[in-house]
Amino acid sequence: MSSKFHLQVIAPDKILLDEEIDKVIIRTTTGDIAILQDHIPMVSPLSIGKMTIINDGNKREAAFASGFIHIDLNKTVIMTDAAEWPEEIDLERAKKAKERAEDRLKNEYENIDLVRAEIALSKALNRINIVQK
Amino acid sequence: MAGLGMRDIKRRIKSVNSTKQITKAMELVSSAKLRKAKEHLEKTRPYFNMIGETINEIVASTKGVKHNYITPRAVEKTGYIIITADRGLCGGYNSNVIKTAISHLEDKERASIIAVGQRGRDYFKKRSFDLDGEFLSPSENPTYSYAHNIGELSRELYKQELVDEVYIIYTEFISTISYKPRVVKLLPLEVNEEAAVKEREERMTYEPSPEAVLDYLIPKYIDSMIYGAIVESAASEQGARRVAMESATDNAEEMIDSLKLQYNRARQASITQEIAEIVGGAEALK
Repeated sequence: MSSKFHLQVIAPDKILLDEEIDKVIIRTTTGDIAILQDHIPMVSPLSIGKMTIINDGNKREAAFASGFIHIDLNKTVIMTDAAEWPEEIDLERAKKAKERAEDRLKNEYENIDLVRAEIALSKALNRINIVQK
Repeated sequence: MAGLGMRDIKRRIKSVNSTKQITKAMELVSSAKLRKAKEHLEKTRPYFNMIGETINEIVASTKGVKHNYITPRAVEKTGYIIITADRGLCGGYNSNVIKTAISHLEDKERASIIAVGQRGRDYFKKRSFDLDGEFLSPSENPTYSYAHNIGELSRELYKQELVDEVYIIYTEFISTISYKPRVVKLLPLEVNEEAAVKEREERMTYEPSPEAVLDYLIPKYIDSMIYGAIVESAASEQGARRVAMESATDNAEEMIDSLKLQYNRARQASITQEIAEIVGGAEALK
Protein backbone atom coordinates (compact mmCIF):
# COMPACT_ATOMS: atom_id res chain seq x y z
CA MET A 1 0.00 0.00 0.00
CA SER A 2 1.31 3.37 -0.92
CA SER A 3 -1.08 5.42 1.15
CA LYS A 4 1.23 5.57 4.13
CA PHE A 5 2.77 8.54 5.82
CA HIS A 6 5.54 8.97 8.31
CA LEU A 7 4.59 9.46 11.93
CA GLN A 8 6.86 10.29 14.82
CA VAL A 9 5.62 10.30 18.39
CA ILE A 10 8.13 12.02 20.64
CA ALA A 11 7.96 12.42 24.40
CA PRO A 12 10.62 14.13 26.53
CA ASP A 13 11.99 10.82 27.75
CA LYS A 14 11.67 8.69 24.62
CA ILE A 15 10.61 8.28 21.04
CA LEU A 16 7.49 6.16 21.18
CA LEU A 17 7.03 5.62 17.48
CA ASP A 18 8.94 6.45 14.32
CA GLU A 19 7.53 4.63 11.30
CA GLU A 20 5.31 4.62 8.22
CA ILE A 21 1.66 4.11 9.10
CA ASP A 22 -1.75 4.15 7.43
CA LYS A 23 -3.80 6.20 9.80
CA VAL A 24 -3.77 7.78 13.23
CA ILE A 25 -6.69 8.98 15.30
CA ILE A 26 -5.82 11.45 18.01
CA ARG A 27 -7.64 13.73 20.42
CA THR A 28 -6.95 17.43 19.99
CA THR A 29 -8.31 20.19 22.19
CA THR A 30 -11.11 20.68 19.67
CA GLY A 31 -12.00 16.99 19.31
CA ASP A 32 -10.86 13.74 17.78
CA ILE A 33 -9.24 13.91 14.39
CA ALA A 34 -8.13 11.16 12.06
CA ILE A 35 -5.10 11.75 9.92
CA LEU A 36 -4.46 10.02 6.65
CA GLN A 37 -1.83 10.56 4.04
CA ASP A 38 -1.80 13.99 2.35
CA HIS A 39 -3.45 15.81 5.16
CA ILE A 40 -3.17 19.59 4.86
CA PRO A 41 -0.33 21.07 6.94
CA MET A 42 -1.74 21.80 10.34
CA VAL A 43 -0.77 22.43 13.92
CA SER A 44 -3.04 21.78 16.85
CA PRO A 45 -2.65 21.33 20.60
CA LEU A 46 -3.64 17.97 22.02
CA SER A 47 -5.71 17.16 25.05
CA ILE A 48 -5.32 14.12 27.27
CA GLY A 49 -6.46 10.88 25.74
CA LYS A 50 -5.51 7.96 23.59
CA MET A 51 -4.24 7.72 20.09
CA THR A 52 -5.12 4.88 17.80
CA ILE A 53 -2.54 3.94 15.23
CA ILE A 54 -3.66 1.81 12.34
CA ASN A 55 -1.09 0.10 10.21
CA ASP A 56 -1.74 -2.73 7.74
CA GLY A 57 -5.02 -3.45 9.47
CA ASN A 58 -3.38 -3.72 12.90
CA LYS A 59 -4.70 -1.41 15.53
CA ARG A 60 -2.50 -0.16 18.34
CA GLU A 61 -3.38 2.20 21.11
CA ALA A 62 -1.26 4.44 23.27
CA ALA A 63 -1.95 6.86 26.07
CA PHE A 64 -0.71 10.40 25.82
CA ALA A 65 -0.98 13.51 27.94
CA SER A 66 -1.22 16.85 26.13
CA GLY A 67 1.28 18.19 23.65
CA PHE A 68 0.74 19.15 20.05
CA ILE A 69 0.60 17.66 16.62
CA HIS A 70 2.43 19.11 13.66
CA ILE A 71 1.33 17.79 10.29
CA ASP A 72 3.57 18.70 7.41
CA LEU A 73 3.69 17.65 3.79
CA ASN A 74 5.87 14.62 4.19
CA LYS A 75 5.75 13.85 7.87
CA THR A 76 3.67 14.19 10.95
CA VAL A 77 5.11 14.76 14.37
CA ILE A 78 3.30 14.33 17.64
CA MET A 79 5.14 15.96 20.50
CA THR A 80 3.65 15.06 23.81
CA ASP A 81 4.48 15.43 27.49
CA ALA A 82 4.04 11.73 28.09
CA ALA A 83 3.24 8.78 25.89
CA GLU A 84 2.95 5.11 26.77
CA TRP A 85 1.86 1.86 25.24
CA PRO A 86 -0.70 0.03 27.37
CA GLU A 87 1.89 -2.51 28.51
CA GLU A 88 4.15 0.27 29.75
CA ILE A 89 1.55 1.82 31.99
CA ASP A 90 2.02 1.28 35.68
CA LEU A 91 -1.56 0.58 36.67
CA GLU A 92 -0.89 0.73 40.40
CA ARG A 93 0.73 4.10 40.06
CA ALA A 94 -2.14 5.41 37.94
CA LYS A 95 -4.67 4.19 40.49
CA LYS A 96 -2.80 5.85 43.30
CA ALA A 97 -2.57 9.07 41.31
CA LYS A 98 -6.31 8.87 40.71
CA GLU A 99 -7.05 8.46 44.42
CA ARG A 100 -4.73 11.29 45.31
CA ALA A 101 -6.29 13.62 42.78
CA GLU A 102 -9.83 12.69 43.80
CA ASP A 103 -8.96 13.25 47.42
CA ARG A 104 -7.61 16.68 46.63
CA LEU A 105 -10.62 17.67 44.59
CA LYS A 106 -13.07 16.47 47.21
CA ASN A 107 -11.47 17.95 50.26
CA GLU A 108 -10.32 21.23 48.74
CA TYR A 109 -7.27 21.57 50.88
CA GLU A 110 -5.67 24.91 51.18
CA ASN A 111 -2.89 25.71 48.77
CA ILE A 112 -3.95 23.05 46.37
CA ASP A 113 -4.06 23.86 42.74
CA LEU A 114 -7.46 22.58 41.63
CA VAL A 115 -6.68 22.83 37.96
CA ARG A 116 -3.62 20.73 38.48
CA ALA A 117 -5.51 18.13 40.45
CA GLU A 118 -8.08 17.93 37.68
CA ILE A 119 -5.39 17.42 35.09
CA ALA A 120 -3.76 14.76 37.24
CA LEU A 121 -7.09 13.02 37.60
CA SER A 122 -7.81 12.97 33.89
CA LYS A 123 -4.30 11.69 33.18
CA ALA A 124 -4.75 8.88 35.68
CA LEU A 125 -8.20 7.96 34.37
CA ASN A 126 -6.92 7.97 30.83
CA ARG A 127 -4.15 5.53 31.71
CA ILE A 128 -6.50 3.27 33.63
CA ASN A 129 -9.03 3.24 30.79
CA ILE A 130 -6.47 2.23 28.26
CA VAL A 131 -5.13 -0.65 30.30
CA GLN A 132 -8.47 -2.01 31.40
CA LYS A 133 -10.11 -2.36 28.08
CA MET B 1 61.09 19.87 52.02
CA ALA B 2 64.67 18.82 52.27
CA GLY B 3 64.68 19.21 56.01
CA LEU B 4 61.79 16.83 56.55
CA GLY B 5 62.49 13.88 58.74
CA MET B 6 61.42 10.39 57.86
CA ARG B 7 58.41 10.49 60.08
CA ASP B 8 57.13 13.72 58.51
CA ILE B 9 57.46 12.30 55.05
CA LYS B 10 55.61 9.20 56.10
CA ARG B 11 52.79 11.29 57.49
CA ARG B 12 52.53 13.26 54.30
CA ILE B 13 52.38 10.13 52.19
CA LYS B 14 49.56 8.90 54.33
CA SER B 15 47.61 12.12 54.03
CA VAL B 16 48.07 12.37 50.26
CA ASN B 17 47.06 8.77 49.97
CA SER B 18 43.81 9.29 51.79
CA THR B 19 43.03 12.30 49.61
CA LYS B 20 43.75 10.15 46.62
CA GLN B 21 41.30 7.56 47.81
CA ILE B 22 38.61 10.21 48.09
CA THR B 23 39.22 11.64 44.66
CA LYS B 24 39.37 8.16 43.20
CA ALA B 25 36.02 7.31 44.74
CA MET B 26 34.51 10.55 43.50
CA GLU B 27 35.84 9.82 40.06
CA LEU B 28 34.16 6.44 40.02
CA VAL B 29 30.90 7.85 41.31
CA SER B 30 30.82 10.63 38.77
CA SER B 31 31.67 8.35 35.88
CA ALA B 32 28.73 6.17 36.84
CA LYS B 33 26.55 9.25 37.08
CA LEU B 34 27.91 10.55 33.82
CA ARG B 35 26.86 7.39 32.07
CA LYS B 36 23.35 7.78 33.41
CA ALA B 37 23.20 11.46 32.56
CA LYS B 38 24.41 10.75 29.04
CA GLU B 39 21.75 8.14 28.48
CA HIS B 40 19.17 10.57 29.70
CA LEU B 41 20.56 13.25 27.41
CA GLU B 42 20.43 11.01 24.39
CA LYS B 43 16.81 10.24 25.06
CA THR B 44 15.76 13.84 25.53
CA ARG B 45 17.73 15.41 22.72
CA PRO B 46 15.34 14.45 19.89
CA TYR B 47 12.46 16.07 21.72
CA PHE B 48 14.49 19.10 22.56
CA ASN B 49 15.69 19.59 18.96
CA MET B 50 12.34 18.78 17.43
CA ILE B 51 10.39 21.23 19.51
CA GLY B 52 12.89 23.95 18.65
CA GLU B 53 12.55 23.25 14.94
CA THR B 54 8.79 23.03 15.02
CA ILE B 55 8.41 26.24 16.95
CA ASN B 56 10.72 28.01 14.57
CA GLU B 57 8.75 26.87 11.58
CA ILE B 58 5.46 27.78 13.10
CA VAL B 59 6.55 31.19 14.23
CA ALA B 60 8.17 31.83 10.86
CA SER B 61 4.96 30.99 9.04
CA THR B 62 2.73 33.02 11.32
CA LYS B 63 4.38 36.27 10.42
CA GLY B 64 2.15 39.15 11.27
CA VAL B 65 0.53 37.41 14.17
CA LYS B 66 0.92 39.56 17.22
CA HIS B 67 1.75 37.76 20.39
CA ASN B 68 3.03 38.93 23.70
CA TYR B 69 5.87 36.41 23.65
CA ILE B 70 7.05 37.29 20.15
CA THR B 71 6.85 41.06 19.90
CA PRO B 72 10.02 42.58 21.32
CA ARG B 73 9.81 45.60 23.56
CA ALA B 74 12.31 48.16 24.85
CA VAL B 75 14.69 46.43 27.19
CA GLU B 76 14.79 47.85 30.66
CA LYS B 77 15.68 44.76 32.53
CA THR B 78 17.04 41.42 31.43
CA GLY B 79 16.25 38.14 33.09
CA TYR B 80 18.83 35.39 33.26
CA ILE B 81 18.25 31.79 34.11
CA ILE B 82 21.65 30.52 35.16
CA ILE B 83 22.24 26.84 35.58
CA THR B 84 25.11 25.76 37.82
CA ALA B 85 25.78 22.78 40.04
CA ASP B 86 25.01 22.38 43.70
CA ARG B 87 28.50 21.36 44.60
CA GLY B 88 31.99 22.27 43.59
CA LEU B 89 34.96 20.02 42.88
CA CYS B 90 34.15 19.88 39.22
CA GLY B 91 36.91 21.89 37.65
CA GLY B 92 35.89 25.05 35.88
CA TYR B 93 32.28 23.99 35.40
CA ASN B 94 30.63 26.49 37.72
CA SER B 95 33.05 29.32 37.20
CA ASN B 96 32.77 29.05 33.42
CA VAL B 97 29.01 29.46 33.57
CA ILE B 98 29.29 32.37 35.96
CA LYS B 99 32.00 34.02 33.90
CA THR B 100 29.87 33.74 30.78
CA ALA B 101 26.94 35.23 32.65
CA ILE B 102 28.98 38.12 34.01
CA SER B 103 30.39 39.01 30.62
CA HIS B 104 26.93 38.82 29.06
CA LEU B 105 25.15 41.00 31.55
CA GLU B 106 26.64 44.42 31.23
CA ASP B 107 24.89 46.24 33.98
CA LYS B 108 24.30 44.65 37.32
CA GLU B 109 21.38 46.95 38.06
CA ARG B 110 19.54 45.85 34.97
CA ALA B 111 19.85 42.14 35.45
CA SER B 112 17.49 39.88 37.25
CA ILE B 113 18.75 36.43 38.07
CA ILE B 114 16.95 33.13 38.41
CA ALA B 115 19.62 30.90 39.90
CA VAL B 116 19.41 27.18 39.38
CA GLY B 117 21.90 25.30 41.52
CA GLN B 118 23.45 26.31 44.78
CA ARG B 119 26.80 27.50 43.49
CA GLY B 120 25.26 30.09 41.23
CA ARG B 121 22.83 31.19 43.89
CA ASP B 122 25.57 31.71 46.46
CA TYR B 123 27.66 33.65 44.01
CA PHE B 124 24.93 36.06 42.96
CA LYS B 125 23.51 36.39 46.44
CA LYS B 126 26.85 37.29 47.92
CA ARG B 127 27.30 40.02 45.35
CA SER B 128 23.78 41.27 45.99
CA PHE B 129 22.40 40.79 42.53
CA ASP B 130 18.69 41.04 42.02
CA LEU B 131 17.73 37.43 42.66
CA ASP B 132 14.19 36.69 41.54
CA GLY B 133 14.17 33.00 42.03
CA GLU B 134 16.31 30.16 43.22
CA PHE B 135 16.09 26.48 42.52
CA LEU B 136 18.38 23.89 44.02
CA SER B 137 19.78 20.50 43.02
CA PRO B 138 19.09 20.59 39.31
CA SER B 139 21.47 17.83 38.35
CA GLU B 140 20.22 14.89 40.38
CA ASN B 141 17.51 13.33 38.29
CA PRO B 142 16.07 16.37 36.53
CA THR B 143 12.33 16.22 35.91
CA TYR B 144 10.10 18.02 33.50
CA SER B 145 7.95 19.53 36.22
CA TYR B 146 11.06 21.03 37.81
CA ALA B 147 11.78 22.79 34.52
CA HIS B 148 8.13 23.75 34.26
CA ASN B 149 8.32 25.62 37.57
CA ILE B 150 11.30 27.60 36.39
CA GLY B 151 9.55 28.34 33.11
CA GLU B 152 6.43 29.44 34.90
CA LEU B 153 8.38 31.86 37.04
CA SER B 154 10.21 33.39 34.10
CA ARG B 155 6.99 33.78 32.11
CA GLU B 156 5.34 35.42 35.08
CA LEU B 157 8.18 37.91 35.38
CA TYR B 158 7.96 38.59 31.69
CA LYS B 159 4.20 39.06 31.71
CA GLN B 160 4.36 41.51 34.58
CA GLU B 161 7.05 43.36 32.66
CA LEU B 162 9.53 42.94 35.47
CA VAL B 163 11.92 41.70 32.82
CA ASP B 164 11.81 42.50 29.12
CA GLU B 165 13.84 39.63 27.82
CA VAL B 166 14.91 36.28 29.19
CA TYR B 167 18.14 34.43 28.55
CA ILE B 168 19.18 31.04 29.71
CA ILE B 169 22.81 30.25 30.42
CA TYR B 170 23.78 26.62 30.61
CA THR B 171 26.60 24.27 29.72
CA GLU B 172 26.30 22.38 26.50
CA PHE B 173 27.55 18.82 26.57
CA ILE B 174 29.64 18.34 23.44
CA SER B 175 31.54 15.21 24.36
CA THR B 176 32.74 13.43 27.47
CA ILE B 177 35.68 15.79 27.75
CA SER B 178 34.32 18.91 26.16
CA TYR B 179 31.65 21.31 27.43
CA LYS B 180 30.78 24.81 26.46
CA PRO B 181 28.77 27.43 28.30
CA ARG B 182 26.00 28.77 26.08
CA VAL B 183 23.65 31.70 26.18
CA VAL B 184 20.26 31.27 24.54
CA LYS B 185 17.51 33.82 24.28
CA LEU B 186 14.15 32.48 25.38
CA LEU B 187 11.89 35.51 25.38
CA PRO B 188 10.79 37.26 23.28
CA LEU B 189 10.97 34.46 20.80
CA GLU B 190 13.32 35.12 17.95
CA VAL B 191 12.73 33.65 14.55
CA ASN B 192 15.63 31.82 13.09
CA GLU B 193 16.43 33.54 9.80
CA GLU B 194 17.03 30.35 7.86
CA ALA B 195 13.66 28.91 8.70
CA ALA B 196 11.96 32.19 7.94
CA VAL B 197 13.49 32.43 4.49
CA LYS B 198 12.10 29.06 3.48
CA GLU B 199 8.76 30.12 2.09
CA ARG B 200 6.00 27.62 2.36
CA GLU B 201 4.09 26.44 -0.65
CA GLU B 202 1.03 25.71 1.36
CA ARG B 203 -0.26 27.66 4.26
CA MET B 204 -0.34 26.00 7.62
CA THR B 205 -3.67 25.59 9.28
CA TYR B 206 -3.90 26.25 12.96
CA GLU B 207 -6.61 24.68 15.02
CA PRO B 208 -8.42 26.45 16.61
CA SER B 209 -6.48 29.65 15.79
CA PRO B 210 -2.85 30.75 15.42
CA GLU B 211 -3.03 32.71 18.65
CA ALA B 212 -4.38 29.75 20.58
CA VAL B 213 -1.68 27.50 19.18
CA LEU B 214 1.04 29.96 20.07
CA ASP B 215 -0.45 30.48 23.50
CA TYR B 216 -0.04 26.82 24.10
CA LEU B 217 3.19 26.23 22.24
CA ILE B 218 5.43 29.00 23.44
CA PRO B 219 5.24 28.13 27.15
CA LYS B 220 5.78 24.52 26.15
CA TYR B 221 8.80 25.54 24.13
CA ILE B 222 10.27 27.48 27.02
CA ASP B 223 9.74 24.63 29.44
CA SER B 224 11.37 22.15 27.17
CA MET B 225 14.27 24.48 26.42
CA ILE B 226 14.85 24.80 30.15
CA TYR B 227 14.47 21.08 30.64
CA GLY B 228 16.91 20.38 27.83
CA ALA B 229 19.35 22.91 29.26
CA ILE B 230 19.19 21.27 32.68
CA VAL B 231 19.79 17.83 31.23
CA GLU B 232 22.73 19.10 29.19
CA SER B 233 24.15 20.86 32.22
CA ALA B 234 23.75 17.80 34.41
CA ALA B 235 25.71 15.68 31.96
CA SER B 236 28.38 18.38 31.65
CA GLU B 237 28.66 18.67 35.40
CA GLN B 238 29.30 14.98 35.85
CA GLY B 239 31.74 14.99 32.98
CA ALA B 240 33.62 17.98 34.36
CA ARG B 241 33.74 16.44 37.78
CA ARG B 242 35.03 13.16 36.45
CA VAL B 243 37.81 14.88 34.54
CA ALA B 244 38.71 17.05 37.54
CA MET B 245 38.81 14.08 39.88
CA GLU B 246 40.79 12.03 37.42
CA SER B 247 43.51 14.63 37.22
CA ALA B 248 43.42 15.07 41.00
CA THR B 249 43.99 11.35 41.40
CA ASP B 250 46.84 11.47 38.92
CA ASN B 251 48.42 14.38 40.74
CA ALA B 252 48.11 12.59 44.05
CA GLU B 253 49.80 9.55 42.57
CA GLU B 254 52.64 11.66 41.27
CA MET B 255 53.04 13.29 44.64
CA ILE B 256 53.10 9.96 46.42
CA ASP B 257 55.79 8.74 44.04
CA SER B 258 58.04 11.70 44.66
CA LEU B 259 57.44 11.54 48.41
CA LYS B 260 58.29 7.85 48.41
CA LEU B 261 61.53 8.61 46.64
CA GLN B 262 62.32 11.23 49.24
CA TYR B 263 61.42 8.84 52.00
CA ASN B 264 63.67 6.11 50.66
CA ARG B 265 66.51 8.53 50.26
CA ALA B 266 66.12 9.71 53.83
CA ARG B 267 65.98 6.11 55.00
CA GLN B 268 69.11 5.22 53.11
CA ALA B 269 70.89 8.28 54.43
CA SER B 270 70.05 7.34 57.98
CA ILE B 271 71.20 3.72 57.49
CA THR B 272 74.42 4.90 55.93
CA GLN B 273 74.95 7.20 58.84
CA GLU B 274 74.30 4.43 61.35
CA ILE B 275 76.79 2.13 59.62
CA ALA B 276 79.33 4.92 59.54
CA GLU B 277 78.85 5.43 63.24
CA ILE B 278 79.23 1.71 64.02
CA VAL B 279 82.30 1.44 61.86
CA GLY B 280 83.68 4.58 63.49
CA GLY B 281 82.98 3.11 66.95
CA ALA B 282 84.63 -0.21 66.08
CA GLU B 283 87.61 1.61 64.68
CA ALA B 284 88.00 3.57 67.92
CA LEU B 285 88.03 0.34 70.00
CA LYS B 286 91.02 -1.08 68.20
